[in-house]
Amino acid sequence: MNPFSSGTRLRDMIRSIRACKTAAEERAVVRKECADIRASINENDPHDRHRNLAKLMFIHMLGYPTHFGQMECLKLIASPGFPEKRIGYLGLMLLLDERQEVLMLVTNSLKQDLNHTNQYVVGLALCALGNICSAEMARDLAPEVERLIQFRDPNIRKKAALCSTRIVRKVPDLAENFVNAAASLLKEKHHGVLITGVQLCYELCTINDEALEYFRKKCTEGLIKTLRDITNSAYQPEYDVAGITDPFLHIRLLRLLRVIGHGDADASDLMTDILAQVATKTESNKNAGNAVLYECVETIMAIEDTSSLRVLAINILGRFLSNRDNNIRYVALNMLMKAIAFDDQAVQRHRVTILECVKDPDASIRKRALELVSLLVNENNVKQLTKELIDYLEISDEDFKEDLSAKICFIVEKFSPEKIWYIDQMLKVLSEAGKFVKDDVWHALIVVISNASELHGYTVRALYKAVIYSEQETLVRVAIWCIGEYGDLLVNNVGMLGNEDPMTVTECDAVDVIEDAITRHSSDMTTKAMALIALLKLSSRFPSISERIKDIIVKQKGSLLLEMQQRAIEFNSIVDRHKNIRSSLVERMPVLDEATFNVRRAGSFPASASTMAKPSVSLPNGVEKPAAPPLVDLLDMDSDDIMSAPSSSGADFLQDLLGVVDLGSSSAQSGATQAPKAGTDLLLDILSIGTPSPAQNSTSSIDLLSTADVNKNPSNVLDAISSPAPPHIATTASAGMFDLLDGLSPSPSKEATNGPAYPPIVAYESSSLKIEFSFSKAPGKPQTTNVQATFINLSPNIFTDFIFQAAVPKFLQLHLDPASGNTLPASGNITQSLRVNNSQHGKKSLVMRMRVGYKLNGKDVLEEGQINNFPRGL
Amino acid sequence: MIKAVMMMNTQGKPRLAKFYDFMTVEKQQELIRGVFSVLCSRPENVSSFLEIDSLFGPDSRLVYKHYATLYFVLVFDGSENELAMLDLIQVLVETLDKCFSNVCELDIVFNYSKMHAVLDEIVFGGQIRSCLKRDFTCPEVCFRVARPIASKLA
Repeated sequence: MNPFSSGTRLRDMIRSIRACKTAAEERAVVRKECADIRASINENDPHDRHRNLAKLMFIHMLGYPTHFGQMECLKLIASPGFPEKRIGYLGLMLLLDERQEVLMLVTNSLKQDLNHTNQYVVGLALCALGNICSAEMARDLAPEVERLIQFRDPNIRKKAALCSTRIVRKVPDLAENFVNAAASLLKEKHHGVLITGVQLCYELCTINDEALEYFRKKCTEGLIKTLRDITNSAYQPEYDVAGITDPFLHIRLLRLLRVIGHGDADASDLMTDILAQVATKTESNKNAGNAVLYECVETIMAIEDTSSLRVLAINILGRFLSNRDNNIRYVALNMLMKAIAFDDQAVQRHRVTILECVKDPDASIRKRALELVSLLVNENNVKQLTKELIDYLEISDEDFKEDLSAKICFIVEKFSPEKIWYIDQMLKVLSEAGKFVKDDVWHALIVVISNASELHGYTVRALYKAVIYSEQETLVRVAIWCIGEYGDLLVNNVGMLGNEDPMTVTECDAVDVIEDAITRHSSDMTTKAMALIALLKLSSRFPSISERIKDIIVKQKGSLLLEMQQRAIEFNSIVDRHKNIRSSLVERMPVLDEATFNVRRAGSFPASASTMAKPSVSLPNGVEKPAAPPLVDLLDMDSDDIMSAPSSSGADFLQDLLGVVDLGSSSAQSGATQAPKAGTDLLLDILSIGTPSPAQNSTSSIDLLSTADVNKNPSNVLDAISSPAPPHIATTASAGMFDLLDGLSPSPSKEATNGPAYPPIVAYESSSLKIEFSFSKAPGKPQTTNVQATFINLSPNIFTDFIFQAAVPKFLQLHLDPASGNTLPASGNITQSLRVNNSQHGKKSLVMRMRVGYKLNGKDVLEEGQINNFPRGL
Repeated sequence: MIKAVMMMNTQGKPRLAKFYDFMTVEKQQELIRGVFSVLCSRPENVSSFLEIDSLFGPDSRLVYKHYATLYFVLVFDGSENELAMLDLIQVLVETLDKCFSNVCELDIVFNYSKMHAVLDEIVFGGQIRSCLKRDFTCPEVCFRVARPIASKLA
């Protein structure tokens, strides 16, 4: 005997592995064992083989590689003895898989064993085949298995039936060979064989329509009779599980009936009686009974219309909901979610029970119940349901508040019957769980508030009351925005509603709230920045305390946040030196356009687009307004190319909005010399909500109020501060005008960028038109390229209604600013800036398809082209 | 269809793992660890069902039961009845209890191949094969009857 193979017994190996205290020790033991096993395999001693393999299986389970033992499996299978074969097949099932070539070698052994005279050996082979059968094996061995379905021993019949299930799943073409055999199995008296037969039929029905038709015609009545027999049968101890006769057979039969009844009214009709009987008679105090009921409910839901049965089924689910067992409540909620599609009314009747489940201690049940509640909400019950949910929000676990508040916001936005109710509910949510509320939700709230002019006074007073008791960040933000806008309404109790209690708020109280917010350590940058703007606005609305407001602003000059510092300096100079323009500068915001905001919101949150961006956009106040179709088309982010058309109306709008342009034009020039700051300006972004510019909507997903970007790119701000002539006008105006001036100024001066310089290119040239691109990059953002496009008219005619459109592949994002004009005089030019964001920067270079449209002597002209000659590395 | 049967102890050591879809060893270990990390963070008295699409792909559910030092886990797809799967675990445990008379973790560790034989009697290629009490004794019968026959053959 070889000294190396004398090895340990399986038991000893397990013991020594178990004795290991660390993973390293375990690895060492396993390594040694593996070495021994390899040595012993090389010895080729048949006596050690099955012990080696047993060890290898254990090692395999622990997650170590065992491929070297695969051939041993085959040798063991080929050996004559039953114990060797047994271990060999077990190893085959565990260590090998259907993808390995070794498996080809085993087909022959399997064939021999399937024809073996000893039925236990046949059983082993069937078992292995059922577990690892590949498509080739299925084709080779199907005849043997088919024959074995008729075998005298029920155990073999069972295994053969299940093996056939695997075979037809691997090779659906073989299904028809098994149909007759499967039908004969359905007549079996032996429950064990019957269950496998039903399973085989189910499999055949799901993969082959002809088989389904066959079973529907020939076997429906037989199956119903079988089900009736076992449902009505007297107590049979050998089949009994918790008082139910063979629940697994029940379940399989119900499931097969489901496939047969689905889509066939006659078959469905036949089975209604028995389904009603199962649904009413089954004992529901044990899990087994409930499993049968659950399957029965599922079958009732799937077969053709039998509305009385469906009500019965939903009532069973309602009963499940009040069951003490978590598992049963869990499946009931899952099932009700499917049932709601069939019979909303019946599910509505269980609303109260479902609401109770929202308060369940089990998180997965809560989550499902909440999901279900949100499906149940409609115009009639929204108030009641929302009240229940908000009441629960106050006492729920912290970790559930996020889901809960998101759902409440969703419900409130979707079904709100009136604006005042919407505002009330949102305030409640913000005060309870403001920190979990997503940005787009409170942005939407501000849009709604700004649109409800008759509620401004009421809202700002309610917010004032709420913010005194709650420090939730988003609530504070909405409150300071409203106080900034409507502070005068707060102090003077303007626009009192009938049921409102009068309250006295002094100007100082209002400023206190904002001062609190700006000095609070927990406030983040956005809140503080909003507070500063609110202060600026209040300084004009409350002239009597403008000195105090100025002091607060001045304090922020020392802020460590550059953005805050800059704002404080600029705002201070507005308060100090530009009293004459201040009031017009900080006028109340124009009403923000809801439709545009919603489209924009839907566009920038593709995940929620399914709920928001239907052909007609559902507005928060519950009024359906059809959105302009072209706008929606543009926003279809899934389309391969994003066409974005700039619109000059956006620029006009800004011009109207900023009536101060003429006043500050000199300083605006200095503002224009700053490097552009993408998405930095808070107020501008709020303003741009109202800008009906599809170009902005479609391409840029600039986050509203995302001032944090600035921190990543501090050099810009530093530049701005250290420039010799600091801009005297607020960034609100200068950055706003920048967009305009960028296009207007014939040669916009830009600061040299830190990145490498790229040569300008001629992007397109035809007999009448030439397009040149020049490039620059903002420092610190290598993936973003600013492109300055210049359109030059080479013809002696005037082009009117000139429009430039561009499309880019998915990995690029394109933002088009409005062009400097839409009329192109003879040998004149227009400029337009583009911003391209390359998400595959460094891997793929830019590419763009473009289209230019204009009118020449009143006729439409269209020119198209592809731009491939971008410099590398953009 | 049942996708996997696992038993692991409360320290996360696998005691039995059988996958009915092909997985590489690394993937199997990853799944076992993933399932364990989910299970050990579940509080008491919550439902036994989990949706674990993240580990096993879409439409996967998991049902588990905790007995003494062992977790019994079944992973299956939407075509199975969750409550029945819960019963199946019960059936499996009762069967093991019969085979080993008062089964404990050590029995499972040391009778690895026998465990698989029992499991193969109950779940066959991802399908429930039989859950009748009369058949439960079958593996035992198999062993007793088969041994003499096998020795005769040899």
